[in-house]
Amino acid sequence: MHFAFTDQQLEFRDAVRQVLAKECTSDDVRAAYEAPAGRTSRWATLAELGVVGLSVPEAHGGLGLGLVDLAPLAEETGRVILPEPLVATTGMAAPLLADLDAAGTADGRIGPWLDAIASGHLTVAVGDPRWPGEPVAGAVGADLLLLVADGPDGRELHGVDAASVTVTPVPSLDPTRRLGTPEWTPSPGTLLVSGEQAEAHLAATVDRAAVAIGAELLGLADAMVTLTAAYAKDRQQFGKPIGSFQAVKHLLAGAQVLLEFARPVVYGAAWALDSGSADASRAASVAKAYASDAATEAARVSLQVHGAIGYTWECDLHLALKRTWALAEAWGSAAHHRARLLDSLLADR
Amino acid sequence: MDEPNEQPMDLHYSDAQEAFRAEARAWLAAHAPAPRSLPSLDTAEGFEAHRAWEAELAADRWSVVSWPEAYGGRGVGILEWLVFEEEYWQAQAPLRVSQNGIFLLAPTMFEFGTEAQKSRFLPPMASAEEIWCQGWSEPDAGSDLAGIRSRARRSDAEGGWVLSGQKTWASRGAFAEWCFGLFRTDPEAERHRGLTYFLIDMATPGVTVRPIPQIDGETGFAELFFEDVFVPDDLVLGDVGKGWNVAMATAGSERGLSLRSPARYSRAADRLVDLYAEHLARDPGGAGRSADAVARAWMGAEAYRLNTLWTATRVLDGGSVGPEASANKIHWSETDLAIHRAALDLLGPEAEFHGDGVDAPWLDGFLFALAGPIYAGTNEIQRNVVAERMLGLPRA
Repeated sequence: MHFAFTDQQLEFRDAVRQVLAKECTSDDVRAAYEAPAGRTSRWATLAELGVVGLSVPEAHGGLGLGLVDLAPLAEETGRVILPEPLVATTGMAAPLLADLDAAGTADGRIGPWLDAIASGHLTVAVGDPRWPGEPVAGAVGADLLLLVADGPDGRELHGVDAASVTVTPVPSLDPTRRLGTPEWTPSPGTLLVSGEQAEAHLAATVDRAAVAIGAELLGLADAMVTLTAAYAKDRQQFGKPIGSFQAVKHLLAGAQVLLEFARPVVYGAAWALDSGSADASRAASVAKAYASDAATEAARVSLQVHGAIGYTWECDLHLALKRTWALAEAWGSAAHHRARLLDSLLADR
Repeated sequence: MDEPNEQPMDLHYSDAQEAFRAEARAWLAAHAPAPRSLPSLDTAEGFEAHRAWEAELAADRWSVVSWPEAYGGRGVGILEWLVFEEEYWQAQAPLRVSQNGIFLLAPTMFEFGTEAQKSRFLPPMASAEEIWCQGWSEPDAGSDLAGIRSRARRSDAEGGWVLSGQKTWASRGAFAEWCFGLFRTDPEAERHRGLTYFLIDMATPGVTVRPIPQIDGETGFAELFFEDVFVPDDLVLGDVGKGWNVAMATAGSERGLSLRSPARYSRAADRLVDLYAEHLARDPGGAGRSADAVARAWMGAEAYRLNTLWTATRVLDGGSVGPEASANKIHWSETDLAIHRAALDLLGPEAEFHGDGVDAPWLDGFLFALAGPIYAGTNEIQRNVVAERMLGLPRA
């Protein structure tokens, strides 16, 4: 039993935090609201650091690491509201493609994709298999889409390159989500895996998504509570900082307590998935539910403590609020994951 | 944390820890009384029945496993203690009547006590021959603990202190043999200064105990009156005038790692899911309305388990527990309430059944849980601590 990150993992996180503090300011996020979708110089920087290829096998130019390594980095990308699709590409697609590659499926198509992810030349959007008709986050501007279709042997997983798909943009509250509805035709050339094998890979992807997005939500919650605590120390009413009033203190303390407990829940789930623990799916659901609740509570409290200024476009808070609300619902809401958890607990009885 | 940490994250207990678990499980299976078979520890009869059970635990060195062997423990670490607690609650063994001593005073005594104090007090605490209560709160010093008025007057002639004043809400106070209390030794000093931490024999002349019936009708706590109660110098814990610092160590244990082990809540949460399954089979529509509350309660217990392992690792690596202990206290007390609240909702009209001959574990647990957000420093005080010491918000 040693429930902690290694020094190396923490040093990597600190290095990524430093880079992102410079490369992904709130002005940069605002610029991304207006910019066209697609790979950016910031993505290239993250690839050079090894972040993008973190979970790509070493044979394909990556670091061959797992979710425990990714979680602290996803926290940092959440903290700065990174506009690029790191979690979809590195947290979901790369491990899925690596698993398929290791299993020898889908001939020789996968290796080059993994190479291109690691070198920063391929971003991936992944469709949530539970809601196949819904718009896909990151679909606009993605180089590759991993999508589900119905086939003769049950569901199939397809890898569709940007040239073979028409993506109709769907406006999102957070424009950097790059939501889009893909129109495409499944073919033997796009098919990666089908039937029971596909189900196993899809289930693993759902769990990884829950944990990686959970980690992003931790970073968002931390950023909002930190920003709001600073505001409460600064903003004066009745001749003193509003943060000296218990009504304000208790709002922020409540959010902080939720965040404190969400952290080990997410980290523990990352470990459970990496180590193939029998209750990993259950842990993933607890992680997504807990992190979603912690972040939406941090968002609620942050807006309330900021007051009217927090409701403006000018104040940076809304950038974090919008990402939080999107991610809290993405890949299963808190309520969805609590229902999934309870089903799993009942199945044991 | 001087050594670089290269050890990868691992949430498995070691083989040795699992062997320790097996040993604890086997012992408890052979010795633990049937669940809920002892009378309540807040009655005279139940107090003695629980004392006898703890003596049995102590005889085979299971009462305080993490203490050094010299004082009755097994000298194992915090992780083994957590494993033992998992087995203890899984076996549905009785509540610990010595909890104020072993979980609160003992960690403070290990930090501040003299060798003589440790040798004198720890072994009978471990064996429950001497049971301790806590004398901190006063009628006018509750959340504002630094407002303590009970005094200790110096007596050089006798070589000690003469205590006077009133303490209240002393858990186990009705039946305990000893009390750890805070008294003002410097009448000129204000607030947190000038307090001293005393170990008081409840049989000393001048101590009067008035039991207070609690919300459930039992006398779990008491008022304590001190009229010129003499306490010799060797029963001062820590330095004279430094009682606040010593007390904060106790408070850290009370809110942090040692008072409420996660196993207690994990076990209750599992029982809640059992109850849910039972009701779901009988009345799917009705029970289904509680699904979200049941899942939330279970998650609260699981988060507490994981957070405890996270904190224990930090402590084993040389870190410390600071204001996180306040976050911890808020979490476990609210989780306990959420678990029992969800259970009562499932029970519906049966939830209120109580009285002679009615076994009402969920209602009893609910009444106990209601005290959680109040004792050990109210959750409102803990939120102030979190806001001021974790988030740096200014004091009022």
